[in-house]
Amino acid sequence: MPVTIPQTKYAGKVREVTIGATRAEGGTRSRTVTVGGETTLPFLLHEGEMPHPPAVAVEICDRRPADWSPLLYEAWGEAVNDPATWARAAEAAGADLVLLHLTGPVQRADGSTPTAQEARQAVRRVLEATGLPLLVFGPGIADLDNELLVAVAEEAAGERLVLGVCEDKNYRTLVAAALAHGHLVDGRTPMDVNLAKQLMILIRDMGLPLERVLMDPSTGALGYGIEYGYSVMERLRLAALNGDAMTQQPMLVTPGEEAWRLKEAKVGDGGVPAAWGDWAERAITWEVLTATTLLHAGADVVCLRHPASVAEVKAVIARLMAGGKDGK
Amino acid sequence: MPLSGLDIYKLLPGGQKPPHPKANCKECGFPTCLAFAMKLAAKQAELSACKYVSPEAAARLSDAAAPPIRLITLSANGHKLEVGNETVLHRHEKTFYHPPGLFVRVNDGDGLERVRAVAEQVSRYVVDYVGMPLSLDGLAVAYTSGDPEQYAEAVAAVCKAGKKMLILMAQDVAALRAALAAAAGRTPLIYAATADNWQALAEVAKAARVPLAVRAPDGNLEALANLTAQIAAAGVEDLVLDPGARGFGDSLLALTAIRRLALKQNLRSLGYPVITFPGEGASNSCQEAALAGQHIAKYAGYIVLDHFTPATAYALLVLRTNIYTDPQKPIQVEPGLYPIHNPGPDAPLMVTTNFSITYFSVRNELESSGRPGWLLVADAEGMSVLTAWAAGKFDAERIAKAVKESSAASKVAHRRLIIPGHVAVLMGELEEELPGWTIHVGPREAVDLPGFLKAAW
Ligand code: B12
Ligand code: SF4
Repeated sequence: MPVTIPQTKYAGKVREVTIGATRAEGGTRSRTVTVGGETTLPFLLHEGEMPHPPAVAVEICDRRPADWSPLLYEAWGEAVNDPATWARAAEAAGADLVLLHLTGPVQRADGSTPTAQEARQAVRRVLEATGLPLLVFGPGIADLDNELLVAVAEEAAGERLVLGVCEDKNYRTLVAAALAHGHLVDGRTPMDVNLAKQLMILIRDMGLPLERVLMDPSTGALGYGIEYGYSVMERLRLAALNGDAMTQQPMLVTPGEEAWRLKEAKVGDGGVPAAWGDWAERAITWEVLTATTLLHAGADVVCLRHPASVAEVKAVIARLMAGGKDGK
Repeated sequence: MPLSGLDIYKLLPGGQKPPHPKANCKECGFPTCLAFAMKLAAKQAELSACKYVSPEAAARLSDAAAPPIRLITLSANGHKLEVGNETVLHRHEKTFYHPPGLFVRVNDGDGLERVRAVAEQVSRYVVDYVGMPLSLDGLAVAYTSGDPEQYAEAVAAVCKAGKKMLILMAQDVAALRAALAAAAGRTPLIYAATADNWQALAEVAKAARVPLAVRAPDGNLEALANLTAQIAAAGVEDLVLDPGARGFGDSLLALTAIRRLALKQNLRSLGYPVITFPGEGASNSCQEAALAGQHIAKYAGYIVLDHFTPATAYALLVLRTNIYTDPQKPIQVEPGLYPIHNPGPDAPLMVTTNFSITYFSVRNELESSGRPGWLLVADAEGMSVLTAWAAGKFDAERIAKAVKESSAASKVAHRRLIIPGHVAVLMGELEEELPGWTIHVGPREAVDLPGFLKAAW
């Protein structure tokens, strides 16, 4: 009895989005990263195209954040005290992209509020330290994000940075800054298909081409809501492939930030049940598994924190991209 | 694909051409054959209620009523593990029903000591996740020694270590018979029949009435389908598939293809659960966990790991629970007042929501701190603090209602309520809703709660 492998053909295609600009393109990056372009569900390469592998962004901060897990300080060492050194370390760890997170009063040990001048300087130094394309996220307080990111956009004009996160509260300012200075935005909504579409429409209506927009549907970490993120991403990707134009954006998610916030990652042996196992192994597995699960749901950019996770996730991506020929 | 009401009607007396003499006789309890067909399609009636269905039609109907992916049951000492019977490709379409069994492989050739040690570790392992005790399902015992007696001893040792399910990975009939005798009282899975040995293994499985896994070379699904059809025809119907894929890419392709063929094309010969071996396609235990994670999300029925560590077991068990949670029903706890560590009238009173993850993250912190306290769980329709707040299910009014409706006021002598730091904005409004009470804003994360209590209570 003949068995034919079913092949679903979709009419829709995810948009291609290119992050970063080389000198020839008006920036200073040594290379650019393109994501998106899929005409199939993740890694089902026998029935459609997935022209670009998902990219791994490594998250660094403009100064030593006060609230990270001890394991992360250990892994990055002195680098956490200086964004330029940290960016170089991220590149050495295998990053495709660098995600610079500007710290705010909550993340800073002294509770100080960053100035626009500081933000400009941090971005400038990171741009000089690495040739990788850059994403710059604010501290997560709408007004402060606006102030800092507008300055950053101007400072790095033409670099095709991804400015984030752009939410319904602050999209106007960030999209205007991206438009004025040749950047992209990361549009985040809280795990809801319709909210995600709506934000894409609002951004497009301001005149930013959708080739400059990443869709960030939010996620929870493993054990803390990943199933919601997973299903919303699957639904968004299916909608995109079935031709819904407002869902056809490459998706960015932040498994690193989510996983490293948890007790599983922050608290060492002794403070937790013995069944949780070795601290470092648990924390890294948590980050890796959160990321690889979301890759299977359609993530195009995953933002990670630990260098060991970067290596593991990149290895998984390489094997998934081998067209079903990575087996024994 | 299940038959529609109209498809069924065509097989009933009323739908025949020319109609059967008994058409619409009402003996089934329904006014017409069509009405009965509709009820059958909705699974609200039994075919046996009509005495006039032809044997051929009855066979077609019961065939169509069979689940597209056969339910396979393993058992051990009264426990069972059921896999299969899934109905959708994506969990948001309905839900996934039967979580894949997680197994750890041991080799009898490694010696009894080693087998026993791993079996005990796996059997003992249990981890709490939001109040649910999660554990692995069993052990796969591989026959590597070449000595049937040694194999049977290894299986006996695994049985003795606990009440776990078994997979017998052997193709030698003598070894299997000895192992099955050692595992009396359990229903293990035999792994695996191939094109070369299937008759002998089918006989063993049939005699012992246990399910049989079937392996085809290198992801060749056609060869696999032909083999299962042959084995089923020989009388072993409880089958499990090993498509032979071992990597990340080929596993995803094979598992997806099998699920789609079973559900969308109703291909019976591939309508069985799939077994995977992520350790065989991985270069280290983190890669193994990532590949096992793929198999959890993408359609495996049994996952056999080569490495057991508590850290990866914990992560995989949680992932399995998350992926198999019904998307329509977040896991919740009963609202109400929960005492922790025998609190007295002076113990702190804290409020949270009835989303299980939220409740247990707070409860676990209080428990491990050793401090007594009263935890008031408000009915927030199973949502986290911020989600519920954003959805209007955890506002001042609801919290005040929870306080008033609970016995909190009679259990504590003070009038102080600690609210989660994430909803600090509710403080003023809540003081208005609860006259005479002082509202304290607690920390944002539960981890910081014990420290906060120490300093502020
Ligand atoms: C999973 C999730 C969902 C799931 C729901 C899960 C559920 N059952 O609750 C879904 C997808 C359904 C959802 C929906 C929505 N969501 Co939502 N969601 C999340 C997400 C990703 C995780 C929430 C979670 O589970 N956290 C884990 C639990 C354990 O955290 P927690 O309850 O806060 O508990 C912690 C602390 O609060 C503390 N704590 C708890 N109790 C107590 C008590 C005391 C005394 C103390 C001291 C501490 C304490 O301890 C816990 C551990 O530290 C967050 C974003 C994020 N990454 O955090 C957004 C988030 C909460 N959602 C948000 C929103 C807006 C929504 C929607 C309104 C969107 C919409 N318009 O549709 C809907 C509302 C639901 C509805 N209308 O039905 C926003 C809220 C924004 C805000 N600041 O108000 C968030 C923050 C996302 C964002 N950044 O915009 N969401
Ligand atoms: S018993 Fe019901 S279904 Fe059967 S012939 Fe009579 S009416 Fe039709």
